[in-house]
Amino acid sequence: MNLHEYQGKDLLKKYGVAIQEGIMAENVDHAMKAYDTISEQSGNEACVIKAQIHAGGRGKGGGVKLAKNKEECREHAENILGMMLKTPQTPGGMEGPGKLVRKILIAEDAYAPDFSACKEYYISILTDRERRQNVIIYSTEGGMDIEAVAEKTPHLVHKEYIDPSLGLQGFQMRKVAFNLGLSGKAFKEMTKFIKSLYAAFTGSDASLFEINPCIKTADDRIVAVDCKVTLDDNALFRHPELAELRDVHEEDPTEVEAKKYDLNYVKLDGNVGCMVNGAGLAMATMDIIKLSGGDPANFLDVGGTANAERVEQAFRIILKDENVKAILINIFGGIVRCDRVAQGVVDAYKNMGNINVPIIVRLQGTNADIAKTIIDESGLKVHSAILLQEAADLVSEVLA
Amino acid sequence: MSVLVNKSSNVIVQGFTGKEGSFHAEQMIAYGTNVVGGVTPGKGGQKHLDKAVFNTVQEAVEKEGADVSVIFVPPAFSGDAIMEAAEAGIKVIVCITEGIPVQDMVKVKEYIQKFDCRLIGPNCPGVITPEEAKVGIMPGFIHRKGSIGIVSRSGTLTYEAVDQVTKAGMGQSTCIGIGGDPIVGTTTKEAVQLLMNDPETEGIVMIGEIGGNMEADAANWIKEHGTKPVVGFIAGQTAPKGRTMGHAGAIIGGEDDTAEAKMRIMEACGIHTVKSPAQIGAMMVEALKK
Repeated sequence: MNLHEYQGKDLLKKYGVAIQEGIMAENVDHAMKAYDTISEQSGNEACVIKAQIHAGGRGKGGGVKLAKNKEECREHAENILGMMLKTPQTPGGMEGPGKLVRKILIAEDAYAPDFSACKEYYISILTDRERRQNVIIYSTEGGMDIEAVAEKTPHLVHKEYIDPSLGLQGFQMRKVAFNLGLSGKAFKEMTKFIKSLYAAFTGSDASLFEINPCIKTADDRIVAVDCKVTLDDNALFRHPELAELRDVHEEDPTEVEAKKYDLNYVKLDGNVGCMVNGAGLAMATMDIIKLSGGDPANFLDVGGTANAERVEQAFRIILKDENVKAILINIFGGIVRCDRVAQGVVDAYKNMGNINVPIIVRLQGTNADIAKTIIDESGLKVHSAILLQEAADLVSEVLA
Repeated sequence: MSVLVNKSSNVIVQGFTGKEGSFHAEQMIAYGTNVVGGVTPGKGGQKHLDKAVFNTVQEAVEKEGADVSVIFVPPAFSGDAIMEAAEAGIKVIVCITEGIPVQDMVKVKEYIQKFDCRLIGPNCPGVITPEEAKVGIMPGFIHRKGSIGIVSRSGTLTYEAVDQVTKAGMGQSTCIGIGGDPIVGTTTKEAVQLLMNDPETEGIVMIGEIGGNMEADAANWIKEHGTKPVVGFIAGQTAPKGRTMGHAGAIIGGEDDTAEAKMRIMEACGIHTVKSPAQIGAMMVEALKK
């Protein structure tokens, strides 16, 4: 689960990480009140208005603006709130429709009073799958795309692996600060920053923290100016207060609905819908669709209990997508009996009435032959298959 | 031979008296697996499915000589269950549970390294040596005893491969479902190594998916040390970047962990790579002829 910048900063602050202070606002009135508070706190008339959406590169699409005074702040707040913000990371990129901005963050100008005296760094924490350890990745090249930095100047990207049983050690915090070229007060501030940041990472069961940029101010403070936080969905049971931060507006509405029925659905832009039990087989089924001349319209794992009700919900969700020209149902019945799934398909089909796209049902495993008979004798316009290759051939056939 | 589990394995079930544990323990016993008991803290001394229930894994090891454990406890307690099994001296720990927090697995992996044990999973269908021992949730009837070893990150896609191998007239030595999480106890490479060293295994099916570099690692090892034909498939050729596809570990992070990149490496390392998951069985027949 991803957090908004303002939510991520709240989380960091709770653990003592110094952040660029700000207040979230959902309308211009609130933004003006937020401005008053922020400018008073910072003693500076200037502030930054930042669109809160789940995508990076917000500045490129005009979603981040510096305001010199309250009047400019109002102007930017009016423009950004409600805009369709296009960034390289929103669906379709800069050419796509963009994402609606519902919230903005009114933040202090962390670079004041002397922008040129500030230095930007990159700091992230994530779990390295291969080494099975958390790792702090950091660089003096802040504010840039870290992948590009790693490719062009790999020597400027440093990594600090954390021992799972001992946790972050003092020498590691010092290494980070030294490698970033810091000394004196800034050095001390950075070790404190890293310590608090790592505590926040483990304390919230995060899977990614990306602070880009993190800055050293003219008076040697270390401050997180932006932050991207991804939390481990599997650990949210331990953090009910964080689970509540989910913003469904940032997700595809059909995916949100699917979740209600415990269906694992990811929308894609192809023309053949699919319904499968098991994630690996679901991906393999998408691949089969492609090889058969179609394009998968979705990923959908119906899980272990593919009964009539779930099959019907899955049908409804797939059919919401107008691009769908055919549906492939691929169930490998192990514990689930194929005849029951087949009956579920027939019942769902009859309940729903007018399904106008061809349906291919491939049921394999326990009672597969009984299942095929149920489908074949149902009188419905449903093609049945037992072997995966037969199903693939049927997809080609109905698309032709 | 075969690997990991066989008819003389003394299997216990952790989370024995729970709904999932009971159901699958019954299926395992019906398959002929030598289930010697189970563990449910607080229910020690009772009988369940005609087998002894213990409070601790330690007790099951001492009284029944348990050496294999299969775990069906909820995700919040699974890390603890794995560590208990390792500490008690269980040699093969199979964790079926899906949804264990990644940070728990980071600690568990580190802890169990101290013990002489092997963890399979979590978030996996388990391990089966056909006609000897089924330690997991796979449907037993699709398997036949034979000489093909299968390694996979998935559940139902593994069954698909097993079924194709069986229908092509071959059988399986051992099928290892290593699990779909970002951090798993046994990697693709380690599972392939086990099968490569097993005299009964003549060919290996290796099924991977997007995310991570386990398949590339295994492929590079096979190129150097492989002595048997390997058929490979990677699920997720059509998966978009940056989206989790069901399995917590199935997410494309960069250019190296796409299906295409993995298949290219596998091909270059001499693995008989199929683009279509419907061709796994047929390709194995071909590969064995060469």
